[in-house]
Amino acid sequence: MQDQDVIREFLVESHENLSRLDQELVELEKRPQDAALLASVFRTIHTIKGTCGFFAFSTLEKITHEAETLLSQLRDGKRKLTPSLITLILETVDATRKVLASIETSGEEGADRFEEITERLRRAAQSPAAVESLRETGTAPAPQAGSQGENCSPENSEASKSEDGAMKPYAAADANIRVAVGLLDKLMDLVGELVLTRNQILQFNTEREDVALNATSQRLNLITTELQEGVMKTRMQPIGMVWNKLPRVVRDMAVALEKEIRLEMDGADTELDRTIIEAIKDPLVHLVRNACDHGIETPDVRARAGKPPQGRLSLRAYHEGGQVNIEIGDDGAGIDVGRVKQKAIEHGLLRSEQAEKMSDREALNLIFLPGFSTAQAVTNVSGRGVGMDVVKSNIERIGGVVDVFSRLGEGSTVKLKIPLTLAIIPGLVINSGGERFVIPQVSLLELIRLEGGATEKHIEKVQGTPVYRRRGSLLPVAYLNEVLGLKSAQQAEAVSMVVLQAEDRQFGLIVDGINDTQEIVVKPLGKQLKGLTVYAGATIMGDGRVALILDVLGIGQSAGVLSESREQGRAAVQQKLQAGNEQQRLLLFRAGSFERLAVPLSLVARLEEFPQSSIEHAGGGQVVQYRNRILPLVPLRNVLEPEASGRDEAPDAVQVIVFNDGDRSVGVMVDQILDVAEELVTIRQKASRKGLLGSGVVGKRVTDFLDLNQIIQSAAGAWSQSATGSASGKTVLIAEASTFSRGLIRSRLDMAGYRVLEAANLDEAMRRMEQQPVDAVVAALDLPPSGASALSAAMRGHIEWERVPILALDGSADRVRSSGVVAAGFEDCQAKFDGEAMLESVERMVLANARSEAAPVRAGEER
Amino acid sequence: MATGIANQRSEAAQTGGQLSTFFAADLFFGVDVLRVQEVLRFQQMTHVPQAPEVIEGLINLRGQIVTAIDLRRRLRLPPRAGNQTPTNMVVRTDDGAVSLLVDEIGDVLDVDTASYERPPDNLDPAAREIISGVYKLKDRLLLVLDTERTVDIAAVV
Repeated sequence: MQDQDVIREFLVESHENLSRLDQELVELEKRPQDAALLASVFRTIHTIKGTCGFFAFSTLEKITHEAETLLSQLRDGKRKLTPSLITLILETVDATRKVLASIETSGEEGADRFEEITERLRRAAQSPAAVESLRETGTAPAPQAGSQGENCSPENSEASKSEDGAMKPYAAADANIRVAVGLLDKLMDLVGELVLTRNQILQFNTEREDVALNATSQRLNLITTELQEGVMKTRMQPIGMVWNKLPRVVRDMAVALEKEIRLEMDGADTELDRTIIEAIKDPLVHLVRNACDHGIETPDVRARAGKPPQGRLSLRAYHEGGQVNIEIGDDGAGIDVGRVKQKAIEHGLLRSEQAEKMSDREALNLIFLPGFSTAQAVTNVSGRGVGMDVVKSNIERIGGVVDVFSRLGEGSTVKLKIPLTLAIIPGLVINSGGERFVIPQVSLLELIRLEGGATEKHIEKVQGTPVYRRRGSLLPVAYLNEVLGLKSAQQAEAVSMVVLQAEDRQFGLIVDGINDTQEIVVKPLGKQLKGLTVYAGATIMGDGRVALILDVLGIGQSAGVLSESREQGRAAVQQKLQAGNEQQRLLLFRAGSFERLAVPLSLVARLEEFPQSSIEHAGGGQVVQYRNRILPLVPLRNVLEPEASGRDEAPDAVQVIVFNDGDRSVGVMVDQILDVAEELVTIRQKASRKGLLGSGVVGKRVTDFLDLNQIIQSAAGAWSQSATGSASGKTVLIAEASTFSRGLIRSRLDMAGYRVLEAANLDEAMRRMEQQPVDAVVAALDLPPSGASALSAAMRGHIEWERVPILALDGSADRVRSSGVVAAGFEDCQAKFDGEAMLESVERMVLANARSEAAPVRAGEER
Repeated sequence: MATGIANQRSEAAQTGGQLSTFFAADLFFGVDVLRVQEVLRFQQMTHVPQAPEVIEGLINLRGQIVTAIDLRRRLRLPPRAGNQTPTNMVVRTDDGAVSLLVDEIGDVLDVDTASYERPPDNLDPAAREIISGVYKLKDRLLLVLDTERTVDIAAVV
């Protein structure tokens, strides 16, 4: 796979070995009787020989082989070590160096075969008598003497060595050093300490107003962060380290099972912390074996299914949103959901009435239950029913997620999402019963504040079990103080609920207060506390005190909210997928007392700065002349804080964010543009203030999201009839190759309140729809690879999607209509850049579809 | 392995050497001086809800998180008087540092193997489990605490 890297590794190692050889040989000359030293020399030569053989470096192999023969005789005491023999071996070392240098520069061993020295070694090994005659040859000018003066008399061997070292820079050896893993771990620990100390300093800093301290702590902050990243990187290893042994595993499996399997590996250089590499080693091997055994069929079965006889097993690793994704996919038989259910019932893991209600996705997750195996026969490779559950628990132990996708007859894919590192994680600090706890950010979905006194109003009881109505679905709720047996807090004005994700289920956890998010260093608990499943570890907070890190899964189980509520699973999966799509670019800015506000960058047309003097008043509002037009301006701070508008001091220049909608433009005046962030928004909280959509965490800081429609309406009253209405909650998939056009369409649909998914080609579109149901598709006619009609055909052949309306887009709508593509499965078609018409069309389609879902039979007739 | 080391240690105690001594209630204890990492005055602790009751909490020992075990509760002795703050005696164990909360720290004593004896059979079971032997000093008895077994509270719960 990465021969270059391996050879490089070999070079570095060999250079180290050779340096040691030099020393050892000189030592050996002084103490010829030292058997241990001799054995070490022998081993070193042997190692180099072995590796040469592996790379088929024949010259090197020959030289080292002869040297080894000679050394073995010395080691076995068959002959005595003489200075001339030492010289000969030192020469061998030099010759080896030369070949290595040649390999390093040209990748090959070079023309010089070093036959002379090989011959001398052989002769020395064959007859002890030859040693003395050797002396003469040895002292004669060496025939292979090249750039470096080869001086082979015993007295000079050391000089020749040092000359060697001085003259020849060994790039491979110099560019890398080997460091003990223990040292790196120690460094990581120290960095952890530094992070904690940094946190303490920062907290200290906020308590006082010292400019010098402030500046210093800011620098400390930056340096610590960089150091942390740097040290983290030193512990990173490419995932290829684990993958290296998989080709062999696959080959052996293929032979044993009489299958033909081609292994594809993509992203082997994706890096992970070494502790994580360790942790995923076994699960990966297991998944690969599973795919070979259960996934890929035998060649004759494949041929009958119309597939090529050779099965494909693909491994893919890539970074995404601060995590590493690893996919193990095969083009085999896929998972038979029916059989999975049947097996689960047979094993008593599921009741048949449960099975009927279960969706395919949920059923697929059954394979992760302990004691489950669909293999008809137990083979020596898999099928013993210990496996997938172990894989899942191993991955979850390191904070990862396992997901399985499968299509019967077409193959399955197991997707692992794994954090980059375990040592330092972001966490949310909360209070309960007077104690402080930390919740790992990965399990956090959202924060909900329940206001207005009695929580009973918000939390309802179902047979004594508290639940919360969250956007129409019921969320099981637990009280953290009850779970932990803490005293309950006094009845507060408002309580906070943290919505958590454990495995594929969600629950709400009522806490007394929410503090903030922090980078925390995870420290293990002593063995006395290992038995407590509710804690994942502990950390040291800014004030130097210890805080416990909650184990979300343990809390959920202990509270009994995770027992049987499988129903939540599907919602959770969808939530996750949505979260994946919510990664978007955000423009961050400041206005009034709102330190951090955000709008999606896709909505922003331009950022401008106008001198205060250029702002004029017209029609009761502020305007500015902009590109031969009058641009109405909205003073954001006045909208957000009407009560504070009095203390408005006018700066010299005004920062304006310009938004366009069709022909109309509007400018929003802000105090300062901060940054553009591209990030997954993980936490959200509904806003109570007008003009804001809600809050989320962007760049580790809480940020308010602007409700643009409301802002502009309230201030200018001008814009936007394309309000929400029917659009809310509907999902539209844009299938279009051009990023630019996709962005245009997206911003349109975004503004109208649709949830938008994007796909650049047919495959991606299908994948998106598999992950999440959509209400309408907007597809470009020239969608790669073979046009939108292929998408339409693919969708119509599928029960779930055959009713999803498709809007075709082309440069000219007329052409589309006349060519009759509408008949070919599209609901409607519009010109690509006619945003208004496109929106109208989508709205119509979604409405019609919603109606048809209500009355499915009639809808069928209509179509 | 843990018990192996523990045995070695208690052997070391038997063969005499130096013991670091301390008090809990009216009892006089000693542990192998090499096992004691440091002694700290009472530290602010983080309570661990749901933990076994012998665990008093967690302390931050220069960035290391150390579990504090109340020796009185471990030995089922009566609780300390309200105004008495215990002292942390941090001992090295196979599982890292653990703090034992004791009433008061005594001197380091040289003990003589000749005065060593197995713990009496009529000792309270909770105590006998973690006391490996007794040195008969001139004026009182010195109980040798087996730190490995003291911090192994799985047996207690």
